[in-house]
Amino acid sequence: MARLYTNDLSIGYGEQLIVKELSIKIPDKKITTIIGSNGCGKSTLLKAITRIIAPQSGTVILDGENISKENTKLLAKKMAILPQTPESASGLTVGELVSYGRFPYQNGFGRLTKRDYEAIDWALEVTGTIDYKYRPVDALSGGQRQRVWIAMAVAQETDIIFLDEPTTYLDMAHQLEVLELLQRLNTEQGRTVVMVLHDLNQAARFADYIIALKDGEIVKAGNCEEVIHYDVLKKVFHIDAEIGRDPRTNKPMCVTYNLIKGE
Amino acid sequence: MTKAHQRPTRFVYQLIAAVLMFLAMFAVAMLIGAAETTAKDVWLALTSRASGDKITLIREIRLPREIAAIFVGAALAIAGAIMQGMTRNPLADPGLLGLTAGANAALALTLALIPAADYYSIMLACFAGAAVGAFMVFGIGAMKKGGFSPLRIVLAGVAVSTLLYAIAEGIGLAFKISKDVSMWTAGGMIGTTWAQLQVVIPVIVIGTLIALFFARQLTILSLSEEVAVGLGQKTTQIKIILFIVIILLTGASVALVGNMTFIGLMIPHMVRALVGTDYRFILPMSAIVGASFMLFADTLGRIINAPYETPVSAIVTMLGLPFFLLIVRKGGKAFS
Repeated sequence: MARLYTNDLSIGYGEQLIVKELSIKIPDKKITTIIGSNGCGKSTLLKAITRIIAPQSGTVILDGENISKENTKLLAKKMAILPQTPESASGLTVGELVSYGRFPYQNGFGRLTKRDYEAIDWALEVTGTIDYKYRPVDALSGGQRQRVWIAMAVAQETDIIFLDEPTTYLDMAHQLEVLELLQRLNTEQGRTVVMVLHDLNQAARFADYIIALKDGEIVKAGNCEEVIHYDVLKKVFHIDAEIGRDPRTNKPMCVTYNLIKGE
Repeated sequence: MTKAHQRPTRFVYQLIAAVLMFLAMFAVAMLIGAAETTAKDVWLALTSRASGDKITLIREIRLPREIAAIFVGAALAIAGAIMQGMTRNPLADPGLLGLTAGANAALALTLALIPAADYYSIMLACFAGAAVGAFMVFGIGAMKKGGFSPLRIVLAGVAVSTLLYAIAEGIGLAFKISKDVSMWTAGGMIGTTWAQLQVVIPVIVIGTLIALFFARQLTILSLSEEVAVGLGQKTTQIKIILFIVIILLTGASVALVGNMTFIGLMIPHMVRALVGTDYRFILPMSAIVGASFMLFADTLGRIINAPYETPVSAIVTMLGLPFFLLIVRKGGKAFS
């Protein structure tokens, strides 16, 4: 039984629904990736699951509780969110930014306890950002900065981490660096990772479970063998894809593709 | 963890330095004035019950005026800092975003309808007016997608402010109270009395204390709305509280001295350059620097063209406008 799932979740503004009666289960301690074309509702879905926006109807259930009725601070101890391109935290050092990950555990004026400092250092350690601890966030490269934001989510010590396109604006090496970090958080610490990704091959390579959306509805949800499939990609992206195998990981991959003309 | 502790330590030194600067500024403001007074007069006026013409003058005219400068400077600087953090808009300022204009219009309306209104009612009207002004500006912003961009909001602020000032003037003309209205709103601390201060200061103190209590929440909110929600902040609740604080501080300031733009814009930017982006440091520092700045502006207004007074709002605007342009040019990154 998954700890986190949605029931007939509809999200939108007024008459226009972006996500329609979606019921999904997020497998525990696995990496789940949401894919789909631009405007298909992937980010919207992620925001609704993480209570950033309220759904029009339907529910998101975590540990048997409807999250819209749950104490938000309690939720912040269970799930962390890394939004798409967080604004740069000008003037903050890496250590200071990561320390905000301890916010759900604090009250009043937010004095950090010994336990908090340990969690912060540990998060910096795990994400390989401990060396930058005293540097301003602004002075870092895009990849480093993204790892620092992930460190903040790690310091939150949640079982579940959500990320909205964590690799956008990063070069190939840094993209891989971030994804491998998330993979380590999953395998070594058993954290559930849920992310929106644009790159199909990265999704296939790193995800245990892929949810493919089109127009706010699920086309296919399953492992990469089931989702990175000619018929699914045709439906989701309207492409004619050539599916091969990654020679190193043996995962399915989209080798090349064409747009489907006409119709 | 050594350096993690360094910032608070450094902040303590900065705070001490700021307080010393503030005290020096206060001394200068108290010593300089139209009437020749000596340091001894000022000292006696402040510390003893001694009487005498000059001592009475200092105690009843100069002191309330400088106290008004201190509290208004602090209140507007804090209000500006909160607005900038909350909206993540580097150009936010109670004067630029329609709050002071709203309070101003409400003040005119109150003077017109209830000529005998006591000071307390006038201040309440200013709160309501500031809130209406803010709602109008953000309402215009909300009408369009992307309408909350810093410059757009400032444009909406200009439009709404112009309208509200026109309304205030219209009321003044229609009810033949233009002189009364402009006496309030010319932006001066001239004629501040102890009775007024007694009404306004508690409001500013309470507003400041609430602001300081929520400073950490404000820092989280200033990072990004989504980050704040993710960290378990009740963002709507926090924003309502902070909005009320802004209204209290701005309304009280307008009730005391009338319009004063740019303080709320300028001071937090200067302070951020010193103490960083943590509002637990920004807010108290803004209060002290804002108070010192107002003392400075008021003193300057008294000596620049003595024996005539230059309105302090004119001085503040002269200093603030270049600052505004600099921030616009640097895309909000100036000094921070």
